[in-house]
Amino acid sequence: MATAVIANHELDMDAEGFLQKPDQWSQEIGIDIARQVGIDPITDRHWRVVRFMRERYLQTGQAPTIRTLGKESGVSTKELYQLFPKGPAKLAARIGGIPKPHGCI
Amino acid sequence: MSDSIEKVSIIISKGSFEGIYPGLIMANGARMEGIEANVFFTFFGMDAINVKHYEHLMVATVGNPGLHIPTMIGGIPGMSAFVTHQMEKKMAELDIPPVPEFITLLADSGAKLYACKASVEMFGLTREDFIEELEGIITVGDFYGLAAGGQIIFT
Repeated sequence: MATAVIANHELDMDAEGFLQKPDQWSQEIGIDIARQVGIDPITDRHWRVVRFMRERYLQTGQAPTIRTLGKESGVSTKELYQLFPKGPAKLAARIGGIPKPHGCI
Repeated sequence: MSDSIEKVSIIISKGSFEGIYPGLIMANGARMEGIEANVFFTFFGMDAINVKHYEHLMVATVGNPGLHIPTMIGGIPGMSAFVTHQMEKKMAELDIPPVPEFITLLADSGAKLYACKASVEMFGLTREDFIEELEGIITVGDFYGLAAGGQIIFT
């Protein structure tokens, strides 16, 4: 497993930049990753999605689907794609410090 | 040529449950990766965007060897409804939405949905037969124009 240094922390990360150990994450690291993926500044609306992704993953061991994100995160599907044009689920997972979502939906 | 896909244009030509879902899943998966997506519904594939039909799509249980049900059994009345129901249940577990909701999800995600003009005329349909989210009824030539520079997937 590769490691990378973000916000002065050495982190376990896969080749696509997803943290492999969610407990290594902090908000500061999230902000840094957001900047790397072109989300700068990260807003409260972004955080709402990121936190929902992260919390759901920590509760269930699985990242929520885009359908669940749109229904339950408090951010509509349309807004999800405005906030994260390059893929809401994938980017929110990356910023939130959880592994890459595996589902097709 | 770039090694990443920036745009896909997906043609959905079949009207069965199993003929429609793969194209929808491919289109949604594209949007989830930040890939631009067009979906072109033609022939019976238009049932997916036809408000009279899109809630009632059925799995083909006859002439569908992949199901591994003998044709005579597949033809028993109610068989198609039964198999469709089973498949819907499985999909719900995987959080795959029913077709009407899936179409809205796609439109909201920024995928552009089109009906094929030739098919619309052939089946005697009008704009009112289709979902609100439909971007337009377009010709094959228009479709190729929209698809230019991207990948085309036929299902």
